Amino acid sequence: MDIYLPIANLSVNALVIILLGGGVGMLSGMFGVGGGFLTTPLLIFYGIPPTVAAASASTQVTGASVSGVFAHMKRGGVDFQMGAVLVVGGMFGTAAGAAIFEVLEAVGQIDTVINILYVVMLGSIGGLMAKESLGSVLAVRSGKPRPAAKRRHHPLVASLPMRWRFYRSGLYISPLAPLILGFVTGIMTMLLGVGGGFIMVPAMLYLLGMGAQVVVGTSLFQILFVTMASTMMHSLTTKAVDIVLAVFLLIGSVTGAQIGARLAQRMRPDYLRLFLATIVLLVALRMALGLGWRPDEIYTVQAL
Amino acid sequence: MKWLVALALMFLPVSLSAQAVPKLVPDVSQRQINIQSGFTGAELLLFGAIIYPRGVAPEGQIDVAVVLRGPARPITLREKQKIAGIWINADSSDFRSVPVYYAIASSRPLRDIVDSKTAAIYELGLDKLQLSPSGEVDAKEQRRFSNGLVDLKQRNGLFRQEAGSVEITDQVLYRARLEIPSSVPVGTYVAETLLIRNGRVIVADDKVEVRVRKTGFEQLVSILAQDYSLFYGTMAVLVSLLLGWFAGYIFQRF
Repeated sequence: MDIYLPIANLSVNALVIILLGGGVGMLSGMFGVGGGFLTTPLLIFYGIPPTVAAASASTQVTGASVSGVFAHMKRGGVDFQMGAVLVVGGMFGTAAGAAIFEVLEAVGQIDTVINILYVVMLGSIGGLMAKESLGSVLAVRSGKPRPAAKRRHHPLVASLPMRWRFYRSGLYISPLAPLILGFVTGIMTMLLGVGGGFIMVPAMLYLLGMGAQVVVGTSLFQILFVTMASTMMHSLTTKAVDIVLAVFLLIGSVTGAQIGARLAQRMRPDYLRLFLATIVLLVALRMALGLGWRPDEIYTVQAL
Repeated sequence: MKWLVALALMFLPVSLSAQAVPKLVPDVSQRQINIQSGFTGAELLLFGAIIYPRGVAPEGQIDVAVVLRGPARPITLREKQKIAGIWINADSSDFRSVPVYYAIASSRPLRDIVDSKTAAIYELGLDKLQLSPSGEVDAKEQRRFSNGLVDLKQRNGLFRQEAGSVEITDQVLYRARLEIPSSVPVGTYVAETLLIRNGRVIVADDKVEVRVRKTGFEQLVSILAQDYSLFYGTMAVLVSLLLGWFAGYIFQRF
């Protein structure tokens, strides 16, 4: 079934897009990540122009995170105060991201920067996750209980001035820390079309030291608003949001997410994390190789 | 000044013998190509008749070339090079007029029917397109960029050159099919027909226009995205919110 994408200006197989969304949705249902880090590269791989891929993927992440936010809200898993600070940082981040995007596009380096950012981020976070989950899997296997990790925020975070109390997160820290975190993920959302959950969650756990019960919900809350902002920002600046593409991705991903969520209940969390880490590392590896391999197209056309 | 005289001399015989020149009656199968949801590309039939003075076809072989050309646009072409182990855009060149689409079909290979000078004047063939490169002074470098551009557009299906695909019946009727890919840009295209004999273009007609446009929903979406981007962005956000919420709601009941 062929469908014409009015913004990307080409026709694609709708089934492929739905299946792609479904596969990514399944992962996001299993792990509670938006899945943008997989959608954007896969779309580019399929032949969608990179800017359209990033813009439409962020629109899709909005839809994919709505039901998650509601679910977490119901069981008190969202720290709205922390979320609000993150969102404010994220808004500024998307604006900064839009400016960076424009500059990089003008000098013709946007694709390379996007690729390098993917490799660095996915590589480091995938590595951390793999190490951590492998450790806990091995610990369980050998029968030795691991000492419970001490929940503490990073000393750098503690040194920031002007502390606030975040009751639900159980924190007394400066709002500057989540503000900066939100800002950085906002830039990532704009440039890479990722929700930023895979940066947010580890950062909240290990840098801010937030309570685990509010981490996923608050991260989803922030992702929801920041991807909304980045969709708006893309609509206004790059004009690259393809609503048809986003809708087909969503049809797949919302369905996949439900299946994934059910699968996740039957799996052990340690193995689940190890599985996610493997996927993240594979994507990073593929992109790293892509930088060094001779590309299919040496030449690219940019309209003046 | 010299070339002006040469140019005038070249066209002189044509205008003097205007009455003896055959007339072309070209047409296309579609004056309008509509891009809508199921669009996977189109096939355009360019056909027509050659009317000879006193109804007699001349001795010897005649050839026909048809060209379909989209509007020209200025572009920057970037070239990737391997620097420090990774491929990045390292060099670039500007072209002032690159047709968004260019397809040429001829009854025989172009180099067999026209000489190189005529081909250059009428821009017959992918290697004869006047892309108006600017900025780059070195001719060799310019050549490299032009070749890269033509190669890229050719593999995208937006530049085509097909020899032998124009059929001529009884030296009077001709027809050719041109493929148009789904990624064809919108605009007003010009279909040109050239009658060629003894290496020279006897008569050329470029009065047939083909409009490529988006219609219906696709047109609405691109107009909204381009001119009403605030509204479009809001709609995109609302649609994805609603879809996401709705799906969650449905799945909760199972």
